[in-house]
Amino acid sequence: MAEFFQLYVAPVAWIIGGILAITVPLLLGVAYLTFAERKVIGWIQLRRGPNVVGPFGLLQPIADGLKLFLKETVIPASANRIVFVLAPMITFILALIAWAVIPFGEGLVLADINVGVLYLFAISSLGVYGIIMAGWASNSKYAFLGALRSAAQMVSYEVSIGFVIITVLLAVGSLNLSDIVMAQNGGILHWHFLPLLPMFIVFFISALAETNRAPFDLPEAEAELVSGYNVEYSSMTFAMFFLGEYANMILMSGMTVVLFLGGWLPPFDMHPFTIIPGPIWFVLKIMAVLFLFLWVRATFPRYRYDQLMRLGWKVFLPLSLVFVVLTAGFLLVFDLLPVAGGGK
Amino acid sequence: MSIFDRAARGFLLVELVAGMWLTFKSMFKPKHTINYPYEKGPLSPRFRGEHALRRYPNGEERCIACKLCEAVCPAQAITIEAEPRADGSRRTTRYDIDMTKCIYCGFCQEACPVDAIVEGPNYEFSKETREELFYNKGKLLRNGERWESELANNIDLDAPYR
Amino acid sequence: MMVQAIAFYVFAGVTIASAAMVIGSRNPVHSVLFLILAFFNSAGLFVLMGAEFLAMTLVIVYVGAVAVLFLFVVMMLDINFVKLRQGFLQYLPIGGLIGLVLIVELLMVVSGWVVSPAGLKTAAINSQAIDGVSNTLALGRLIYTEYVYLFQASGLILLIAMLGAIVLTLRQREGVKRQRITDQLDRKPEDSVEIIDVKTGSGV
Repeated sequence: MAEFFQLYVAPVAWIIGGILAITVPLLLGVAYLTFAERKVIGWIQLRRGPNVVGPFGLLQPIADGLKLFLKETVIPASANRIVFVLAPMITFILALIAWAVIPFGEGLVLADINVGVLYLFAISSLGVYGIIMAGWASNSKYAFLGALRSAAQMVSYEVSIGFVIITVLLAVGSLNLSDIVMAQNGGILHWHFLPLLPMFIVFFISALAETNRAPFDLPEAEAELVSGYNVEYSSMTFAMFFLGEYANMILMSGMTVVLFLGGWLPPFDMHPFTIIPGPIWFVLKIMAVLFLFLWVRATFPRYRYDQLMRLGWKVFLPLSLVFVVLTAGFLLVFDLLPVAGGGK
Repeated sequence: MSIFDRAARGFLLVELVAGMWLTFKSMFKPKHTINYPYEKGPLSPRFRGEHALRRYPNGEERCIACKLCEAVCPAQAITIEAEPRADGSRRTTRYDIDMTKCIYCGFCQEACPVDAIVEGPNYEFSKETREELFYNKGKLLRNGERWESELANNIDLDAPYR
Repeated sequence: MMVQAIAFYVFAGVTIASAAMVIGSRNPVHSVLFLILAFFNSAGLFVLMGAEFLAMTLVIVYVGAVAVLFLFVVMMLDINFVKLRQGFLQYLPIGGLIGLVLIVELLMVVSGWVVSPAGLKTAAINSQAIDGVSNTLALGRLIYTEYVYLFQASGLILLIAMLGAIVLTLRQREGVKRQRITDQLDRKPEDSVEIIDVKTGSGV
């Protein structure tokens, strides 16, 4: 019996504890991301943002969540019921499971698998299913158009994201996210975003497109598609899409931080900075990238669809492809290629 | 601008960065929002809000039941019935305004020869049921009593332009 | 070991069931969704075998890209399925015959299969264990050293296939106005705007 406990119960409890330790703060973060978004965009537009519910409006996301929770779930009569209900769940779950491989600090990772980057990439490429299923199952032309747009957009931008990831991998020589972070050890000058600056920008813009954020939010374009693939959704089904979308935003910021901004490492490898523990640096960096997301949303108008596709296929794809070759060549010529098998 | 110059600007995303700098600066500017229930914006004396029926200073109703307002009302929101009073003067026995129909065009107050029906400065009269928005004569007269000073002031301010 | 066995049977069972549903379900979109589920579970099987790189590539390439295009096409199709299913049974004898032939052939192959004892031993070793390198690294070494020419050749074939597809579908139409972004960026105010001092009442 004791053996059974040691072999099965204890590890399972440990894993479940880890999952809760990640998801609960994550969902809170999502809630307050919506709040931060409304506040930041409000400030930029010379408004105050939500400031009535609770001190400084801090209880606003909770009130919003409660409102959504108490509403009625409407399933359209001609919808494909199973797929219709499945779609928001898939979006939500995919947004959560990707966090299993994100390292929050040295050794602070739920699953330290050695193909972490590929896992993240695979999960983000699955995100399109929730949307396309929602669009098809709603049996509404607006939802379907939004879903088609979104699917085409996400598939297109995944290609350039893939190439950007390859450039980082060339510089690191490992698919493990902790190794990628540790390769950037030694202060802000060693982070990847400086030597790979063009790729950093391409990655960030592709991340905007991948998460369907402004200025690439055509799939939900309120003005023409009445919010696209989620028109027919209400109550908790809608809330799941919403949570999934914002969790994806945080995930993409986390990916940016891990790949380019040195993960949990402090910006300067000196005394006052090294006191602050790694996870706090990680969260601070994620918040900075998220602020960039919101800032971009408040600044730029929406892209036209054909221009979006042009940017993806005719600008980013060649650019990132050339940069893969350049990086590889540079590393080869100056003999900087990471040694195979040894991580760095 | 030379081609090289333009290419450099394109690759460095100069225009995008300039736009983002602009929005970043505006983040720290003072906010324009009026903190509504606690702060309110200024109102013109011509503002057309909730209706009111006025009285003369001696307490006599102004309305003489000419029904011009009922006739001019484009939404047909006004219903008037009239009978001679005991002293022989013509007065309304019924003066209803359906506030759910009213479009706040102000024609009734333009049409009124005795400044009886007016639209006042009050715009905070939302109700929870439709029935509460079917105003009768009593409600309108009470409105008149409540807002008389503002109404009279507004009419005085607007008088030079009429 | 028990957990792994359970996981294997779950993955394998779901794979087979969803593969059956791919042909079995009435709605083609459901078929594609079941196909995706099958892909996904086979990725799980790969992970169980310790081939995590293959698993992830399977998900990225097949689920993330190929199946999306399938889904696209199938969703856009507007087929009357009731009509399609009429007379479905009349092909049953031919279909059954082909199936029978296939099964017999498979049985013959399997019954004649001899596994060398050395092979059995290597199959039992987890691929992770081979000189302590991850299978990503092992695959990379193999592909880029021993099989580099074959690998490059397959890449070339894919490139040619892509070019072929583009050439086949590309058509230039006459008289179509296209947006040329460089031209738009080249425009200067002097080229497009003329400021004229117009006298009142005289017109331009």
